[in-house]
Amino acid sequence: MVMTVRNLAVARGGVTVLQGLDLALSAGQALTLRGPNGSGKTTLLRTLAGLQPAAAGEIDLNPETVAYAAHADGLKSTLTVAENLAFWSAIYGGPSIDRAIAAMDLAKLTRRRAGELSAGQKRRLGLARLLVTGRPLWLLDEPTVSLDVASVALFAGVVRDHLAQGGAAIIATHVDLGLPEATILDLDPFRTRILARDGFDEAFA
Amino acid sequence: MRALLLRDLRLAFRSGGGFGLGLAFFLILAILVPLGVGAEGTTLGRIAPGILWVGALLACILSLDRIFALDHEDGSLDLLATSPLPMEGAVAVKALAHWLVTGLPLTLLAPGLGVLLNLAPAGYPWLVLSLLLGTPTLSMVGAFGAALTVGLRRGGLLLSLLVLPLYVPTLIFGAEVVRRGAEGMALATPLALLAAISLGAAALLPFAAAAALRVNLR
Repeated sequence: MVMTVRNLAVARGGVTVLQGLDLALSAGQALTLRGPNGSGKTTLLRTLAGLQPAAAGEIDLNPETVAYAAHADGLKSTLTVAENLAFWSAIYGGPSIDRAIAAMDLAKLTRRRAGELSAGQKRRLGLARLLVTGRPLWLLDEPTVSLDVASVALFAGVVRDHLAQGGAAIIATHVDLGLPEATILDLDPFRTRILARDGFDEAFA
Repeated sequence: MRALLLRDLRLAFRSGGGFGLGLAFFLILAILVPLGVGAEGTTLGRIAPGILWVGALLACILSLDRIFALDHEDGSLDLLATSPLPMEGAVAVKALAHWLVTGLPLTLLAPGLGVLLNLAPAGYPWLVLSLLLGTPTLSMVGAFGAALTVGLRRGGLLLSLLVLPLYVPTLIFGAEVVRRGAEGMALATPLALLAAISLGAAALLPFAAAAALRVNLR
């Protein structure tokens, strides 16, 4: 089991957004998180990544196995594509950047500055970072934003390879990645319901 | 750790990196003060230690908010926090990078500006030594302040207000070392205190700053 979560509740800005969440993920599995805006997908991923504490429940997860990809790619615009990737590879003590560059089709861009890339190219570079972390569990927050159809397919292939090599992924997305093997988890049933009105009235009675 | 240091240095020296901003400020201050105070040598020589130390301190403050704010904006701070690099180490390395880009050049430039301010010849070695011992504190305390204010918009003002009181001991002892040095007096006590503050800051503040960052990233 790569990760087990029991009765998890997560909070954003002091408000509990999700509760009663039980999850289990083993090697080779992918989980797609679905839910409307504000349903707590990002908060859940940030909690799993260890950036914020859980409001309740248990997370059984080795933080050394997690690679987190947020909305923002964390790119330095004055560094080149290769320099950006090499930095993260050095931080993670990960594999060389050549495979990541080939996998995300960045070979022609290695000497360009990240600031000169298009939005989709930046995203591809941000996702290529996952490959140089060498970590098994990917937590992906809207990975396909600003990617074109071909790049989405390319990325789906990268995720599939990662799963085939014993990795795992949790993906928050609205777009169909074309990963039929991924389990879909709808977050709607776990959303915290707004308290009944009576509870508030009592306080002012 | 080394990769982070090299990245920060590289970013500082590339276009828009902010290297030279503090130095330019220091230079301008040291040129303007003699013009404002008047070219009377004894007065200038007497205020030179204080002016040089105040200038170095303010020059340091100019670039403090960049230590974490840029990384926070582009999301790399979140990614660094989830990386194998311990947060304490990242903070220490970023403070070191700030010192290498600001404090060290200021220290090297200071003797040249001492000439403009008519600093007594005996004061020069002590000026360099006191800045060398004192400016790391400025960067480390600054990194702590930057960690506290990282999520705030326009946090620069609050940051200056937070760190200025913490800079006061360093300023007092630093300027005192140079003044006593210039006048040929004993200076072991302020020098030892200056070094002690630096060592204390380097030992304790990475932990405090890392804790502040973790809270701010939630």
